[in-house]
Order: sequence, then C-alpha cells, then structure tokens
Amino acid sequence: MQLEILSAVQLGAMIAKREVSCREVSKYFLDRVHQFDSIVSAMVNVFDEATVMEQADQVDSRILGGEKLSPLAGLPITIKDVLCLEGLPTTCSSKMLQNFRPPYNATSVQRLIDAGMIVLGKTNMDEFAMGSSTENSAFFPSRNPWALDRTPGGSSGGSAVTVAAGMSPLSIGSDTGGSVRQPAAFCGVCGLKPTYGLVSRFGLIAFASSLDQVGPFAHHVEDLAAVLQVIAGHDPRDSTSLNVAIPDLTSGLNAPLKGLRVGVVREHQDHPALDPEISKAVQATQKLLQSLGATIEEVHLPNSRHSVATYYVIAPCEASSNLARYEAAHYGYRARMTTEASSKSSTSGRNPLEEMMVVSRSQGLGEEVKRRIMLGTFALSAGYSDAYYKQALKVRRLIANDYQQAFQKVDVLLGPAFPTPAFRLGEKIDDPVQMYLGDQFTVEANLAGIPAMSLPAGFTRDGLPLAIQLQAPQLQEARLLNVGHQLQRAGLFEPKIAGLV
Amino acid sequence: MNQTPYRLVVGLEVHVQLSTETKLFCGCSTTFGAPPNTQVCPVCLGLPGSLPVLNEKAVQLAIRTGLALNCKIAEVTKWDRKNYFYPDLPKGYQISQFDQPICGEGYLDFPDPDAPETTQRVRLIRAHLEEDAGKSMHDEVHGRADSKIDLNRTGTPLLEIVSFPDLTSAAAAKAYLTELRLLLTYLGVSDCNMQEGSLRADANVNLHIPVDGNDIATPIVEVKNLNSFRAVERAIQYEAGRQFELWKQTGKTIKDAPKQTRGWDDEAGVTKAQREKEESADYRYFPDPDLVPLRVTEAMLSQQKVVLGESPSAARNRLQVNLGLKPYDADVIVSQGQSMVAYFDGVVAGGADPKRSSNWIQQDVMRTLKENDLSVEQFPISAARLSELLRAIDASVVDNTRGKSIFQYLLEHDATIPDAMAALGIVQVDSSEIETLCKELIDENPKVIAEARAGNAKALGSLIGAARKKNANADAKVVRELLQKMIDAM
Ligand SMILES: [Zn+2]
Repeated sequence: MQLEILSAVQLGAMIAKREVSCREVSKYFLDRVHQFDSIVSAMVNVFDEATVMEQADQVDSRILGGEKLSPLAGLPITIKDVLCLEGLPTTCSSKMLQNFRPPYNATSVQRLIDAGMIVLGKTNMDEFAMGSSTENSAFFPSRNPWALDRTPGGSSGGSAVTVAAGMSPLSIGSDTGGSVRQPAAFCGVCGLKPTYGLVSRFGLIAFASSLDQVGPFAHHVEDLAAVLQVIAGHDPRDSTSLNVAIPDLTSGLNAPLKGLRVGVVREHQDHPALDPEISKAVQATQKLLQSLGATIEEVHLPNSRHSVATYYVIAPCEASSNLARYEAAHYGYRARMTTEASSKSSTSGRNPLEEMMVVSRSQGLGEEVKRRIMLGTFALSAGYSDAYYKQALKVRRLIANDYQQAFQKVDVLLGPAFPTPAFRLGEKIDDPVQMYLGDQFTVEANLAGIPAMSLPAGFTRDGLPLAIQLQAPQLQEARLLNVGHQLQRAGLFEPKIAGLV
Repeated sequence: MNQTPYRLVVGLEVHVQLSTETKLFCGCSTTFGAPPNTQVCPVCLGLPGSLPVLNEKAVQLAIRTGLALNCKIAEVTKWDRKNYFYPDLPKGYQISQFDQPICGEGYLDFPDPDAPETTQRVRLIRAHLEEDAGKSMHDEVHGRADSKIDLNRTGTPLLEIVSFPDLTSAAAAKAYLTELRLLLTYLGVSDCNMQEGSLRADANVNLHIPVDGNDIATPIVEVKNLNSFRAVERAIQYEAGRQFELWKQTGKTIKDAPKQTRGWDDEAGVTKAQREKEESADYRYFPDPDLVPLRVTEAMLSQQKVVLGESPSAARNRLQVNLGLKPYDADVIVSQGQSMVAYFDGVVAGGADPKRSSNWIQQDVMRTLKENDLSVEQFPISAARLSELLRAIDASVVDNTRGKSIFQYLLEHDATIPDAMAALGIVQVDSSEIETLCKELIDENPKVIAEARAGNAKALGSLIGAARKKNANADAKVVRELLQKMIDAM
C-alpha cells in the first residue's frame, strides 16, 4: 500500500484502528528517507532506526493497551533544524551551531511528541532561516524533487522536500517572510503560516522575533488543521504567545463556501514580475471559488509596493541583535586562533578575546547571514535608525492597516504565493536583491501578523508545481482552512508525490 | 562654607539590585555568593531558542520605589535591547528601558549636611529596570586571553535611578546616597549591600567657574567604581580639584571635550582615565520583540501604595513634631532603620516618656547592640519590657542608677520589673519609712542641720550617704527633698 499519498488524518485513523501499526508506518517512511535523501539532500540529521522504532513501539503498545491518543498519534514527522529538539544537534544549517545540542524541546516540538508523533529527524534550511532557496545552508543545498536542478525554495526547503517526496507525511518549519509558504509552493505541497503569536516561539531559534512563526507542511489541508490544532495555544514561556482559546480547527472544514467574499489584490495580480502561468492559476482558482458560491471582489493594498523594503529593514535589524549571541565565548563554533591571528589583534586594536570573537563569527557564519547582520546593524545605528528602522516600523503599521481595511470588505484574500515557479540552483544566489524581491507576496502576512496559506494549483507546461496563496484576518485560521479544504475537494489540486525512482 | 572659586555640579546614577527571589526574566535564584555558574538556565545563558518572561515582582518593587521617590509612574512602559559585545553579556545585548522608563521624573529630600535641621532636594530624571550582567575576570598575558566568567548575576533585576545634576558638594552627594539607601531599606526593595554590589553609584561631575560674570563649565566626567559612601565623597572631592587644576592649565570647557569616563582608585585616592569599553558607545537601542509593553494599572499602583509604609523623612518629622524629639535625636533613631523606629514606638506606646525613651535607646540599647553585634530584632529586652522599666523611673519607683542595674539584669533574664527588683534586692520604700528615717537623721546630726539652716545646701549631701547606710533602698532624691522640707518647716 502507498502510505505516502494518504492524508495523515486517514493514516492516523488506520493506526488507531490497528489496521496498520505505528512501527510499520514509521519504518515505511524512514525507509523512504534512506532511499531518497541521497538524491534530494533534505535532512541534516536523521534519528537511527533503533531510536525511531523504540518510539513507534511505545505508541503501538499504548494503542494496544486501549489508550485513546490524539488523531496524529503514531504518525512520522520531520522538523526544520531551527526548532530545538533533544537527542540530535539543532544546527540552523550553520557551521556556528553544527554541534549545538539544546537541553530542551521547542514547545511546538514537545506538543507534537506529547501527541504521540514520531520525529524522524531534522530538515535542511537556509542558514538561520535567511534565504529563499535552501542554498544558504552551510552544509549542502537541497534539491526540488520535481526537478533536481531546481531549488526547493526556502528557508524551510528541507521540510517541503520531505513531504513532497513522500519521506514524511508531515513536517513543521518556520515562516518569517514566506519560509513555509514559498517552499511549499515550489514543491507542490500545502504550507501554512499561522497568526503571529498563535504558536509558541519558545525553542524556535530566532531570526526576526516579531515576524517568526512556526507552521506545518502537508499534502492535505485537513492535515494542516490537525497539526496546527496540536501546536497552537498559549505558552507561558513565550511572552508574545497569544492567550486565546483555540477553536476546533477541523470541525468547520466542510462548511460550504456559499456567500464567501474573496478579495483579489490588484497590486499582486498586476505585479510586473508575476509569471503568466501563475497569474492564470490564480484566475482559475477564482473561477473555482465562484463555482462554489463565493463572490469575487477586487481590493487594493496601496502600501504593498513598500513591503519588501520594509521587511528587509525590520528583519535584519532584529536579526543583527538576535545573532549577536553567537560570539564563541559561551558556545558555538570557535575559531582556532593561530599565532598570526592573535598577533593581528595588536594591529586591529582589539584585545585577543575580541579578536577571537571576530574571527569565529567571520568563519562560523555564512555570507547571507553576515550581509543581513551588517544591514541590520547599519539600519539601527545612531543617525540612521530614524530613517530606516523607525521609518520601517511606521510603514509596517500602514501595511497592517491596508489589510485591516481590505478585510472589512472581504473574508479572505486570494493571490500568488511567489512570482515564479521554482528557479534553478545557482540562478539567483549571486544576486541577493533579485532573491529578496521574490518575497513580495509572502512578507506582507508576516508584517501584518495575519495567517496565510499556500496551496498547490497544478503544474507548469514544464512540470513544475504552481501555487496560490490565501490570506485571512488575524486568528481566522479556521476560515482559511475551510476555504483551502473546499478548494482541494473541488479539485484545485490532487496530492501528488514527486517520483524519484 | 563654600570658599572654592567654582561651583561643583554633581549628578548620581545609582544601580540598585532589587530583592526579588528570582531573576528579571527567568526563574533562577538571585542569592549572592553561590558557586560560579550554578544559578543559570537557558534563558539567562542566552541559549538559542530561549525567551525572556518578565518577573512581575521586580515591576512591583520598581513601582514601590518610584512612588516613594515621588516619580511619575508610566502608564505604559516597554523593554528595549541595548546592544554591545562583552563576554559577561551572553545574549550580546542587555534588556533595559530606553525611552519609556517605568518611573519618570521625581525627587528626594535629604538632610542637608551643612544644616542638619533643614533638607535639600535632589530632582530625579528617571528610574528604569534592567538586567544585570555577569562578572568576568581577565588575565591577559603575552597575547593570550584567559577569561573567567561567572553568570550567576546575569539577569538579576536592577533599578537605575538617575538624578539631575542638583548636588553641589561631595558631602551632599554622600548625604543623598545615604538617604536613598535608607529609604530603599525602609521600602524593603533592596538590601543595599555595597560590598555585594547591590548598590552601585556612578557620579557625573563638572565645575561651573565664574569668569567675568559668566559661568564656564568644565567637561563632564563620569566617575565609576565607587564602592563605598566614603569613596563617593572622596572621589568627587578629588575630581573637583583635578578639574579645576586642569582648567587652569588648559582652559578646556565642556564645549571642547566629550564626556569622559574615569575610574576611582581608592587606594591611591585618585581618578584614572578608563579605556572605553565601546569606542563610540552606539548601543543601537530598539524595542525587544520578545517582550510585550507593560500597562501599569491603577490596581498595580494601589497595591504598592498600601505597602509603602512610613518613609525615613516622615518618621523623622513624626518623632520631632508628635513626640517632641530634637532633630538630632530623631535622626539617630531613624537612621538605625525601620526596626529601631518600631522599637522606639513600642517603648513610647507602652507609656514611657518619649525623651527618656530616646535617651535610653541611643545610649543603653544601641551600645549593647553594638558591643554584641546584634540587630534590634535580636535584642533580648522587648519594647514593652523596656517601657515598663522607664515608666518605673518616670514614677520614681526606682532611680536612674537602679534602673541601669535592672536593665543589665534584663539583658540576661526574662523577668518582669518587680521580679527583677526583687532579684536585685531593690525594694520600694514607702513614705512613712522615709519620714522616720529623716527624723532620725535630723535628731542625730544637729551640727549639719544648723549648717543647712544657715544656707549651706551642700551640707545635706553628707546626710544622703548616711540615709543609704540605714536603708539601701531609700531614694536619694526623695530623701533630699523631704529633709529640705523638714528643715524649712523648723
Ligand atoms: Zn536563568
């Protein structure tokens, strides 16, 4: 039986009914990891088989003992290497943290483990989640399973790949400016970024704290709902986590869409960089929604054209401070100080300790990370902070206001997730500004703190996945998932595993 | 008083460690003196993925302090990151408050060191909460960096109280700091132990020199490393002299030089230029995105107003106005701390004369405490018992000399005053006995009586000794008064 194409919710039900054991399911997916990872390079560290089987057997014996477990109990999952997990290193795909073993689990990870899920391993990413192609991993780039010469997107590229290639039915990543939705779009799977504060950031290694959110990947919208149900909810260890009741996210999935007001953002649909095939996919989705009884309205987000610039000021500013702790004095990569390097301190005016920090950071952090640290340091400096950081905060408020106004007219927004299908490895890596501009359609949800989801929407003539994006007002995840589930049922996409053999 | 050819201008920045059980943003203990790096956790170590969670107790203590310092308490306060690299700062930034401190402008009145019966006022700019850094020791030999870091102190809550440059002498700076420490201990917000670093002061010092009818200001110097009250006073005095000499030599004014940091060398008695930690000191402040702004509610304010208690200045005032103590005496008792005031109040409440209570406390009680290195809470004679003794003296049941003997006895025995008197063989003599005694004395000493009648007041003195020989418990004062009466009636 092909387990990888089933919905996780279905598979979970089969495990609960003992139609298949957790051991069989875990072995099945772990074998696929071993079979395909040498091709797609999605994983940074994988648990050994004995450890995985031990976890699986525990779940099986609990089910055998008649215990009522969560709907996801016994299901395998992969975790982006930005989330702390005991038992394996948590590297952020950085040389700096290559050997960092956190003494705690991230809250989101702990909740998955508590739900009886089986963690297979940690997935590759752009270093410290900075990038859109997973090429910024300090270890190796991951490959798009639909076209191995193309990137899987990023920064949660490895997570998207494990789901797309059927190595795991589920994965969780982090989304700071599109890092869940864009790789999901590139790899032909579903990806969700929840409302800021809905999922705890405790144990999520920070890139830009006011934008970071943890979100799931899956083949089926109902699976996104099931995972979010487990990881969402207040956490006293994260002061920015919202103290709100989490509604039942699955019960409303089948509500009809009749009367749903859908907004299409003119500024997105008219964007000059938008690939015509993606534009067509958005239009087709529009028609599909109309056929389901929804009405379509055009809306404007007048400050949309400032969103990339705003994002690329705020995120690097926060990052420059968040990454200051990687100075090699307490933990992390420490450079071997040669006599020459040490003697350099006498000419640089730095004491040997400072010299050690400088050399360690220079060697331990990658180019993109250093670029953003410098950008952020500059934008926060005295004399520049007003023009950059503080100005960006003001524009951020304007963008959030635009969304608030749009959501007075419509219930959800429909548009593209990314301007193009997956680009080639190496295609943009030397042009960071081109790379940044691609984030146009995803960064706004992070700036406004709203939930957003990307869904597969067919394939290009060349066989690359196409995707659309849906956005909803804060805390309206249930509405977003309802629309997504109905679109999936109406045939917007058919879950497909990239064939790698 | 002020004979110098300049006016001294001083402002103090005081860091107070708040006495919370746990740190400002994690659950680690703040107890002083634990083995290095034993009171740490992922949050205060700044491990990846950890997040700060505000300790509300620290906010409460900051509000209490702000209220006592007459500060405007912010309705909304927030947290900012102060970014700089230092090994004792594991996150690479300190969580502090930049532009919305929890306590805004306020003031503190303190006894004027030049005129103790009046007060001076120092205005306060602000008081804000921040986390403390760790401690590091460097051993830089031959280009090798050998540093040891203890992060136990990292994350301990500090309240930084910044004054306007209102202090005009080294003595005033010391007096302000003394009053501030007293107030903070009254409030119970800090133990203010300078040796353990719970109270740290930096002084901003410069001079205003009158030249041709205009004031010329010298460059401002921030003096650090002031580890005692004496150091504060000496360092400011030294710095004033140094700045004046420098001005005479170079003529440099505040416009010619930026603020400089100098460290106080207590042994050498001089300030020394310090190597700047940050070349340009650009801390790149921005709001900490890991924490949410805090709204200070009416309930939070009233909760603290209720526990404010009596301030030292209010206590001084009450002891003077309501109980008739001299300013000096009131100050001595108040400066001993809140428990001493409570002890004094207990003695007076028991019915003893306030002035007599004040005298006995300042002499006998405080001397005993000092000799035995005791706190007033450990003092063996309760306020009620001392009150009973002083009332007996007030009522001439015993005289002052006998009183001291009873006091000594009570230090070692838990006894009532009558029991103590009995144990010491002190018996109150009734008036008919004294009358008989006096008649005998007059009959037995006609010569002395004649002298006394002739106007020699001293003559009666010899009879007092004779009276005590006949009856050891006879009160000398009472005997003298009765004899005089009988002689006058002759
Ligand atoms: Zn701690």
